[in-house]
Amino acid sequence: MKYKALTAIAVALSLPMAAFADADDDTLVVNDEITMVTKAAAPAHVADVLDEVMSGWHFRSDETQALQKDDFENPAMVFVDQAIEAWETVDGSEGKSCASCHDDVETSMKGVRAVYPKWNEQAGELRTMAMQINDCRENQMGAKKWKYTGGDMAAMEALISVQSRGMPVNVAIDGPVQAIWEKGKEMYYTRTGQLELSCANCHEDSYGMMIRADHLSQGQINGFPTYRLKNAKLNTVHARFKGCVRDTRAETYKPGSDDFIALELYVASRGNGLSVEGPSVRN
Amino acid sequence: MASGVKPRVKVPKKAAAGEAVTIKTLISHKMESGQRKDKEGNVIPRSIINRFTCEFNGAMVIDVTMEPAISTNPYVEFEATVPEAGDFKFTWYDDDGSVYDESKSIKIA
Repeated sequence: MKYKALTAIAVALSLPMAAFADADDDTLVVNDEITMVTKAAAPAHVADVLDEVMSGWHFRSDETQALQKDDFENPAMVFVDQAIEAWETVDGSEGKSCASCHDDVETSMKGVRAVYPKWNEQAGELRTMAMQINDCRENQMGAKKWKYTGGDMAAMEALISVQSRGMPVNVAIDGPVQAIWEKGKEMYYTRTGQLELSCANCHEDSYGMMIRADHLSQGQINGFPTYRLKNAKLNTVHARFKGCVRDTRAETYKPGSDDFIALELYVASRGNGLSVEGPSVRN
Repeated sequence: MASGVKPRVKVPKKAAAGEAVTIKTLISHKMESGQRKDKEGNVIPRSIINRFTCEFNGAMVIDVTMEPAISTNPYVEFEATVPEAGDFKFTWYDDDGSVYDESKSIKIA
């Protein structure tokens, strides 16, 4: 891999270079029950640039990693509990809760997180989980939409994600979504902002290195929504994308915009084969 | 009662007599310190869990006075020696007078 070659050069020439923070080889088993696939052969559509796809879990310290191994230690589970209540709570003009249609979340939502974003034939659009949740709220429940990256939304995404933990991410990239996927791919490789950085510059070319004080991962989103220790709350994919684009000193796209939906599909597809980890714990 | 308060406890199901077991507790609570101000500049009143206790078969195991600097969702982990089978009783006391409790039984293996 490219960064390993760079390490060798750095040692040979004794040049002061950026610190390295390679992925480790630990195994993630949650609650002594669910063994996660955190390293997998790269799916065919990224095999030309990566040998292996890796969960961001491998790039964190042992202490942070441990938080995700046990649901009692995982601070995100507080929010999952809140979402369990929300699941049962009637809201809106139709007098329905999530449970009115979907019954038990543990069975009805199993496997959902693994295949989203997903093409919705009826609506003729690609839908993220957040879009689907809001569609349910608006059109089935007659309730107010949740903010796309808000706390209620993140918690509900976490609850749905929990039901798919350990299952391999497997988003479809062909058929009706192919054009959107191509757009997402182009965004991934397009440099933006005053710093002229693309997603790939950091997360494909430089993962395993440090970006100032932080470790660069591959930017996989199999662990979202993610509890971040830096802000002590659940973070959604689009909020994270926004943060990244902002850090390139660019005008960001809006969470929930077509641009970020396309990017989410592409980035999710790069993690096909990794286990759904959400809600994960990161720095 | 403050909203969204939920106690959680993790106690092993069984232990050897005289064994020290690790007990983990967490209560979701906003732990408002009383030091912060809202947008209008008014002080947000203090609302914290001010005391946490754990009893085993009626005997006090740990009695903690908690102060405003403790973060949201306070997590307390401690060890307790288990002389016999019985029940752990956990109690949290809220500033507003609410009391939350939870109990777990443990067997001797």
